[in-house]
Amino acid sequence: MPEFIDILNALVLMTNYVILPALTYGSQLALGALGVTLVFGILRFSNFAHGDTMAFGAMVTILITWWFQSLGLSFGPLPTALLALPFGIAVTAVFLLFTDRFVYKHYRGIGAKPITFVMVSVGVMFIMNGLVRFVIGPADQRFADGARFIFKAREFKEYTGLAEGLALRSSQVITIVLAIILVAALFWFLQKTKTGKAMRAFSDNENLALLSGIDPDKIVRITWILAAILATVAGVLYGLDKSFKPFVYFQLLLPIFAAAIVGGLGKPIGAIAGGFIIAFSEVAITYVYKKFLIYLLPENLEPESLMQLLATEYKFAVSFVILVLVLLVRPTGIFKGNVV
Amino acid sequence: MSLLKGTRLRPFIVFGIMAALLTFVGISQSWGVSLTIINMCIISAIMTLGVNIQWGYAGLFNVGIMGFCALGGAAAVLVSKAPVTEAWSAGGAGMALALLCLVAGCCFVFILNRKWGKRPFRTTVTFIAALGVYFLARHFYDPASAAIEAVNPAKTGYLGGMGMPIILSWIVGGLFAAGAAWLIGKVTLGLRTDYLAIATLGIAEIIVALLKNEDWLTRGAKNVTGLPRPVPFELQLQQDSWFVDLVSRFNADLLAGLATDERAATLQSLVMDASGIFVKLCYTGLFLMVLLVLFTLCQLALNSPWGRMVRAIRDNETAAAAMGKDIKGRHLQIFVLGSAVVGIAGAMMTTLDGQFTPGTYNPLRYTFLIWVMVIVGGSGNNLGSILGGFLVWFIWIEAEPMGTWLMNVVTLGLDPASALKAHLLGSAQYMRLMVMGGVLLLVLRYSPGGILAEKSGHK
Repeated sequence: MPEFIDILNALVLMTNYVILPALTYGSQLALGALGVTLVFGILRFSNFAHGDTMAFGAMVTILITWWFQSLGLSFGPLPTALLALPFGIAVTAVFLLFTDRFVYKHYRGIGAKPITFVMVSVGVMFIMNGLVRFVIGPADQRFADGARFIFKAREFKEYTGLAEGLALRSSQVITIVLAIILVAALFWFLQKTKTGKAMRAFSDNENLALLSGIDPDKIVRITWILAAILATVAGVLYGLDKSFKPFVYFQLLLPIFAAAIVGGLGKPIGAIAGGFIIAFSEVAITYVYKKFLIYLLPENLEPESLMQLLATEYKFAVSFVILVLVLLVRPTGIFKGNVV
Repeated sequence: MSLLKGTRLRPFIVFGIMAALLTFVGISQSWGVSLTIINMCIISAIMTLGVNIQWGYAGLFNVGIMGFCALGGAAAVLVSKAPVTEAWSAGGAGMALALLCLVAGCCFVFILNRKWGKRPFRTTVTFIAALGVYFLARHFYDPASAAIEAVNPAKTGYLGGMGMPIILSWIVGGLFAAGAAWLIGKVTLGLRTDYLAIATLGIAEIIVALLKNEDWLTRGAKNVTGLPRPVPFELQLQQDSWFVDLVSRFNADLLAGLATDERAATLQSLVMDASGIFVKLCYTGLFLMVLLVLFTLCQLALNSPWGRMVRAIRDNETAAAAMGKDIKGRHLQIFVLGSAVVGIAGAMMTTLDGQFTPGTYNPLRYTFLIWVMVIVGGSGNNLGSILGGFLVWFIWIEAEPMGTWLMNVVTLGLDPASALKAHLLGSAQYMRLMVMGGVLLLVLRYSPGGILAEKSGHK
């Protein structure tokens, strides 16, 4: 039997390298997937431009952050980007409403098929992609400032006397707290307010909703604004936690869609569950378990190899395999999304 | 555009315009540049034909084109490079064992899942069996791949290929892509269109990740350079007497008026230029042959009873199913055929480049750009697809110099030392993405059928 202290060390190791990163990444994915699922529920198409909307929102926020920093504004221990976030959301919302007015509205008018909408969103994706690269360039941008750690691994070790350290980064706490606040606000909005109820009615049965006098234009506008909020916050949080690189945001499209589909497209609660499922699987499957097992196993059984199920380069494969499994076993997703 | 609507001459006019554009580049820039663009145009046109089979004929939304194209590229390496015997003896047996384990194991898991029937814990048992197979395969795979990659890593570090003519890889690339498409199609076809899109998006990322990281197979990110060619090398041509004679005969008038020593120097520079153009023309000839063969096959298929059935399925699945058509079967068939054509084009592209660089595959260029080609050219129309391939590739290439030119004009008034000017000029290359998005949105809005719309009177 391993000793108690070894078990503790193994648990700390897991928390530091698997649970905390996966919780953070899961929150980011959940916010992204919520945006996708809302657009799908109301506008009834898979928005391929969502990854680039996240990049766009993050870019605007970064530019405003830099401007604030040059003015000498700061948010104390919190990153300045949080101050800039509302402005980033506003600009992104205006941009999305603008694309809706000049691009998507026409296709709603002629009652185009969902696949045409998807195609159109690919066009929007191209434009946003080019715009982001044009303005800020394709390179990595770091914009996090303020305190980096709540407590460092060394401090944790000194405090507890354990061999393994646990570091809590402020970006992780900010991500999780902000995600909880945003999700709570969103659910309150959808469940309690009149507009939110109208949105759910519209998503469930469009014709019936129209008959009861719900204004479809207003619903669509609100949806885009919510999508802008969710995408910008998700984009900024991901950028604060890792770094901002336009191509990485484009690649996030796959795990985000996987999360939305796994949870059930059109179901907000499903998007959140899906986000955490994808994030935990991705981190847990690409984690190197060697050190963890050394703590728990008796000496003669200690592994020599890395004990990694899958190399980190293949993390896309994880979301893909989960997606395919769910599609095969339960095509509507865990929470029975609407399949049009 | 509307003036041309309905006339039989429309294809001739648009292709005439395309030819004029390419000729203009030939005269104003150089024929070498023009031929380079034409070669890539033909390859793009073949890819577009492949996607058109899937989208135009059957309405399948495949966003994994990049993956099938990369598989074609890998085929070019695996067929043409000489085998590395040392690596084979170091890890060949282990790799073969790992592969055997994987294939046999998959069959075992599949059969187990079938035979388990209604007994309890079916999913759990299948999952554990699959995990066991994975670890068994990994047990042979890990040391084998390490051994192979350790053999002269700076130069080889991979198994090498079959050492056969690279032209063969065009067929093999098609087969690779077809095989992958069959596997994916089996799983994802029959679900709603968006799901197929997401699944293919994922599989393309996985294929490219595999080719980037499995160094023992295709050297991964270390790239494979110096692939053999199906056409002569420039240097060799420059030394061949028949080629020098040919060039001097072509330029007899020019050369006659020169002094002897001057003549030799002029002839040498003429031969240098001509050898480059000759090589490109050889590629153009080969590619054109492939394009013509595929185009003919596509036309025959589209106008056959099979083609009509496929379009019927696209336009009304329920009605077609009621007529007894096997929808899933046809979809799988079309998905495999279209992907194979993309694989052929991928192998051709790697052949033209002379190197395989997995790091350069990116979905915007290799998936979504091809989609723009299909939509702009006219989905469902083979001739339109070819036109789309040509036109959009031309715009894609020329948008960069145009963007730089535009930015130069816009920033004329700015101080040459200003950071804004430098930034705007540096970012001009990303204009092409916006141009592509704009073109796609405009075509979808104002001419949804594309430039050469499908002929049959549906929609």
